[in-house]
Amino acid sequence: MSPDLIVVVTAVLVAVPCALLGTFLVLRQMSMMGDAISHAVLPGIVVAFFLSESLGPITSLLGAGAFGLLTAALVEALKNTGRVKEDASIGIVFTALFALGVFLISRFASDVHLDLQHVLYGEIAFSPLNALIVGSVNLGPRSFWTMGIVTAMALVVVLLLYKELKIATFDAGLAAAVGLSPALVHYLLMGAVSVTTVGAFDSVGAVLVVAFLIAPPATAYLLTDKLARMLALSTLLGVASAVLGYYLAASMDVAIAGMMAVVAGGFFSLALLLSPSRGLVANSLRHRRNRRSFSRKLLLARLEALGNRTTEAELCENLGWEAGRVSRALADALRGGLVLKPAAGEVTLTRKGREAATGPQAPVR
Amino acid sequence: MEPLRDLLFDYTIRNVALGSAVLGTVGGALGSFAVLRRQGLLGDALAHATLPGVCVAFMLTGSKSPAILLLGAALSAGLGALFILAVVGGTRIKQDAALGIVLSVFFGAGIVLLTFIAGSGDAGQSGLDRFIFGQAATIVRADVVTMGLLAAAAVVLLALFFKEFKLLSFDPAFAASLGFPVRALNVLLTALIVVAVVVGIQAVGVVLMAAMLITPAAAARQWTDRLSVMVSLSAAFGAASGVCGALISASGSNLPTGPLIVLVATGVLVVSLLLGRRHGFVWAWLAGRRNRREVLGRGGAS
Repeated sequence: MSPDLIVVVTAVLVAVPCALLGTFLVLRQMSMMGDAISHAVLPGIVVAFFLSESLGPITSLLGAGAFGLLTAALVEALKNTGRVKEDASIGIVFTALFALGVFLISRFASDVHLDLQHVLYGEIAFSPLNALIVGSVNLGPRSFWTMGIVTAMALVVVLLLYKELKIATFDAGLAAAVGLSPALVHYLLMGAVSVTTVGAFDSVGAVLVVAFLIAPPATAYLLTDKLARMLALSTLLGVASAVLGYYLAASMDVAIAGMMAVVAGGFFSLALLLSPSRGLVANSLRHRRNRRSFSRKLLLARLEALGNRTTEAELCENLGWEAGRVSRALADALRGGLVLKPAAGEVTLTRKGREAATGPQAPVR
Repeated sequence: MEPLRDLLFDYTIRNVALGSAVLGTVGGALGSFAVLRRQGLLGDALAHATLPGVCVAFMLTGSKSPAILLLGAALSAGLGALFILAVVGGTRIKQDAALGIVLSVFFGAGIVLLTFIAGSGDAGQSGLDRFIFGQAATIVRADVVTMGLLAAAAVVLLALFFKEFKLLSFDPAFAASLGFPVRALNVLLTALIVVAVVVGIQAVGVVLMAAMLITPAAAARQWTDRLSVMVSLSAAFGAASGVCGALISASGSNLPTGPLIVLVATGVLVVSLLLGRRHGFVWAWLAGRRNRREVLGRGGAS
């Protein structure tokens, strides 16, 4: 297997679980918990690094993941004191744990091959060099095993608990009423996010994993209203960001994981502008169309009330609009065949215009 | 006594401690407003968003003077803030996801630019990455002067607009009904938070900057219900954490300054949560016990 392919497959194995779990983070408005957890697992990773010889990869994955659950529990506890608000609780807990992790690394850096840059943006380029060897058998790249397990876990969680997650996300009250503990769902999701960020740590680091967790689901959220479609679309977008990001980075010789985040951000910006249903461009066009049709309806109703041979100046005064808005609305109505201009400055409703003015939707005075 | 003597006479340590004190003061003061307005994590996102600006400023000018790099940082953080506003205001995506996207994507772009600069073999590029983690130990006199000037400007503006910001933080609807330009005040307050972030990133780095805005303010909140007292106390806690963290890190080898500052601030918060005169747990527990005893005692007497 070529090194290129190993890196791309690793990135895809990061992108898939992140997109699946991130969808629920975005919908539950807990994106920043993803950020907090990805930073707060650092002390767990450092400790696991010391003990990994004796623990083995899966145990250390879960052990470090426990710090993610600890983060969620601490944030909850701090918030429940009533003395600190939720956003501040998140900020306090994750910075403290991250500071502890950086402190541990700096203090014992000589004993651990874990450098600080690596912590924030990973070393996905090294994934082909790092093989999992059990006994004397080479089982292939270590990242395949770690991220393969994580991906399988995320798939199992999301597919098996699809209905439960859906109810708990969209109607927490209903979920509680049918006996589905919101706390259980919360911690299950937090646990899955923890294990995912720990697994993805070697590849993309603490900050860029947030791009995989949040950007593809947020992009998908701009494009669809169906949960199943959102999950599929964000997975697709995550995979596309990983693959495209890799080849762009390779062609320019820049940071791979960073480029993947940039591509994910690019997809988001495109959807933000151009999404047919929710993009900024579509929104502003719809806004303009509504304004125009509203102006036209008001104008027709007023013309109907004022009778034939109304002048433009009278309309201006009567509607309280500036001249520009009146002439724009008139031009619009003229194009639609709703009014006539029999003489200069005079305006008359056509039959069609009168029907539109007195029709059921037109405001009646 | 050793650290105290160093503080007074050692040039490097004095600069580091001064820089950390400036950062703590301005972060604490502005953080009070961020925390009250539930925008604590905005600081986190904006701190990450400074990175591409630093890189672009260096690529355009080739200079590493603090003023130019910090200007770049401020511009790209401002861009990040605008992006967040556009997303939250124009779509159904909520603030949390907008923050997460700006944070990670801007940071990713910064990393890409850093490796691009490194790859172009530009001599003197080393040192830009200190913005990521913050290396208080590399703070020199010129940095302290720039940081001090920026911080002083921010604090003066904060004092001038104190009444307006207070109104904005507690009752924005009322402020608007009184005819205050709420939008402009919002922009100004966010701009001041950007200044605080820019002052801080060199010392504590982009990740831990959030703590300098949030933790001292949350600690100060436990001691008082008055905004003016909270802001001063938060600034004092921030400055004290800065100086203590800097001194502890100077007292040994392999002790990173930024994380130590944050750990000291977290310690201050824990003490405040327990002992804070206004909302501390210990007092609440004592008062509860007294009440219980009084009620039970009365019940027994009747």
